Amino acid sequence: MASERETGGLAEVTLWGLLIAFLALLGLARGAGRRERVVPEGEPDRRAELVAVLLLLGAAGCAVVFIVAYVLDWPDLTQYLGLAIGVAFALVSIAMIVMSRRLVVTEEIEEEYPEPEHPEEQQKLLQVVHESGSRITRKRLLGGAAGAAASAIGAALIVPAASLGPFLDTESFYDSPWRRGRRLVDEGGRPYRADDIEEGTFYTAYPQGADREQLAAPLVVVRMAPAALRLPADRRGWAPQGILAYSKICTHAGCAIALYRKPLFPEAEPRPALVCPCHYSTFDPAKGGTVIFGPAGRNLPQLPLLVDRRGGLRAAGNFSGPVGPSFWGVRTRRPRST
Amino acid sequence: MIYRTIRFLDERTGGVPFIRKTLRYLFPDHWSFLLGEVALYAFVVLVGTGIYLTLFFEPSTAHTVYHGSYAPLRGLEMSEAYKSAVDISFDVKAGLLIRQTHHWAADVFVASIVLHLIRIFFTGAYRRPRELTYVIGVLMLFLALLEGYLGYSLVDDLLSGMGLAIGYAVALSIPFVGANMSLLIWGHPFPGDPTFWSRMYIAHVLIFPVIIGGLIALHLTLVASRHHTQFRHEPRQTERRLVGVPTFPGQAPRSLALFFAVAAVLFLLGGLVQINPIWLWGPYHVAQGTNGAQPDWYLGWLIGALRLVPHFDVVIAHRTVVPNPFWGGALFPVIVLVALLAWPWLERRMTGDRRLHNVLDRPRDAPVRTAIGAGFLTWVILIFVAGSSDRAYVFLGISYVGQIWAYRVLVWVGPLVVGFLAWRTCIGLRRAEEIEADQERAEEEAAAAAETAGAR
Repeated sequence: MASERETGGLAEVTLWGLLIAFLALLGLARGAGRRERVVPEGEPDRRAELVAVLLLLGAAGCAVVFIVAYVLDWPDLTQYLGLAIGVAFALVSIAMIVMSRRLVVTEEIEEEYPEPEHPEEQQKLLQVVHESGSRITRKRLLGGAAGAAASAIGAALIVPAASLGPFLDTESFYDSPWRRGRRLVDEGGRPYRADDIEEGTFYTAYPQGADREQLAAPLVVVRMAPAALRLPADRRGWAPQGILAYSKICTHAGCAIALYRKPLFPEAEPRPALVCPCHYSTFDPAKGGTVIFGPAGRNLPQLPLLVDRRGGLRAAGNFSGPVGPSFWGVRTRRPRST
Repeated sequence: MIYRTIRFLDERTGGVPFIRKTLRYLFPDHWSFLLGEVALYAFVVLVGTGIYLTLFFEPSTAHTVYHGSYAPLRGLEMSEAYKSAVDISFDVKAGLLIRQTHHWAADVFVASIVLHLIRIFFTGAYRRPRELTYVIGVLMLFLALLEGYLGYSLVDDLLSGMGLAIGYAVALSIPFVGANMSLLIWGHPFPGDPTFWSRMYIAHVLIFPVIIGGLIALHLTLVASRHHTQFRHEPRQTERRLVGVPTFPGQAPRSLALFFAVAAVLFLLGGLVQINPIWLWGPYHVAQGTNGAQPDWYLGWLIGALRLVPHFDVVIAHRTVVPNPFWGGALFPVIVLVALLAWPWLERRMTGDRRLHNVLDRPRDAPVRTAIGAGFLTWVILIFVAGSSDRAYVFLGISYVGQIWAYRVLVWVGPLVVGFLAWRTCIGLRRAEEIEADQERAEEEAAAAAETAGAR
């Protein structure tokens, strides 16, 4: 055991004897450099040394391969680089395992856990705190003043954070580029005509001449048999020729509604539905975008359409409700046109 | 030479006693004690590879048209951020290796923290006097989740854009403050002000890493100052005495071996196993989405929760009070966080155990804790698995709607069943041990009796 003193052979009962022994030990340690060991001795293992050396040299070799591959820009460079540096690290790791198993003394030492508490120090600290304030008579008042200063200064430092965005003004959530007469265009900017819209598939449309990278811009447009529509009473005439337009942004979490479920198995899925691929909120286009499954809490906003004299598709007004994910206090009211 | 270095250091820093003590600090031995170390080393790899990536990445949403070496994307309009990430993958030599290694390291980082937490929980390592170490660890787990989310959101590919949209919806859904808070974070309704990218970037490359790094330092300092906990492998290991291997020379090569092993695995993965091929997803536009989108594994529990909640908003007088994403996206993780943070104190109230603990429990030693832990874990895991039900639908053809309804029941029943089974197993194991001990004692007594009889 490392912590036990080696006193065998030097043990003398008398004080003198002890002293002489101690001096002798000290002298020995000074003279020959032989001290009581801290780390116990272990058997040398020349084979393990050789293995460790070879592993480390192998790692060096792999690192050189890495450099060569990089400089010469080999084909499949990523794979070679990863392989070379990965194997280099792996070889060093194995070398370290060899070291720890065969070349390094593994001691199992016992030790006391540190004292969990220092009661005297705690008392002293308490005393320091108490006594330091002995000159102050109105501690509460002073504390209150310090608190007021700290909170006011803290608030002052936080206030500029309001510059990060519009503060306490959520009107911009209701902004929409749609207004009566605005053309629906496709990805390439070509205006949609009513004849372009076929049944059984869906189309993405954008407002002509407006920024497309805003939630209220993109629409999903589908055509259904007019007889199959069950729109709310106040939306009469919103779907000319059975063409329906809804916001493409899911009211649950703001993803784009990229799936149109046109049922192939009538028994299982009896009606067409617009589906968001993020959390599978499912909306019924025939019923004005009502939620039929999934987590969305609000119906999909519908955009009223009209077909102009030349057969082009245009908006006939703004959405039936706010576009995109809900927020606290969001009201079911029509967005404002920008 | 070595002596001169030691003297030089001691004279200038006075630190030699400290160094000597550190070198002889004792590490008790058990394989599961290495999980936290794996997380630490993954963090080192993350910082190293991350610094390299910052030298090439451009955190900007400015529009540009791609003309790089990846043909399928040529001519597409995209953000500078996405373009520079694609360039790192194709045009920066070693860029793809470093990017993939960084991504793998993030996945391994969070995984090892979670496993470490599970180990800490089921062995009761968080008990007095180590509650602070535990609390810091739990906080680091949640910071790591956010940091990972920010990291893959920065790329601005289609998947990361969808992820950001969901994050935005969750932020919006927080009652009272949601709308204003998100406007402050994003600067503008989604997709936000261009400065939002600078904000995400500085958070990902500076603020979060510095906080996590600081907490790691604090975590390790606290571990060392109270010393490691230990299992009782042998009778001399007690609450007051610990048995272990000193840092130097015993533990150092082991730790280094682990570090290099972690680095080796991460770089091999980074070089050989493709992860997040952003060039396949394409640039993000608000009007685009893709089916089968899955986040990095460590956010799977949140997507599961978002999908499981039935469709309702809390609406009072035509005003939405609590939008739906709040339940799964905000409340659920906050419940998990608070439950984890409060657990050491909850358990203390339940058991009345206020003693100091240096010796770890085996899971069977505390059947109630093990049962609660197993149930809680099952709850989170089932919600996590529910997040993949769309994949189960595609690969196995099981009705999506049916699965969701099944999970809605299962996530409440499953934890109870698993918790009960865990409790029974613990009790059973302990009883078996008691019987074994009784038998041994009886045999010894019989042997002793036989001896005395023989002597007589």
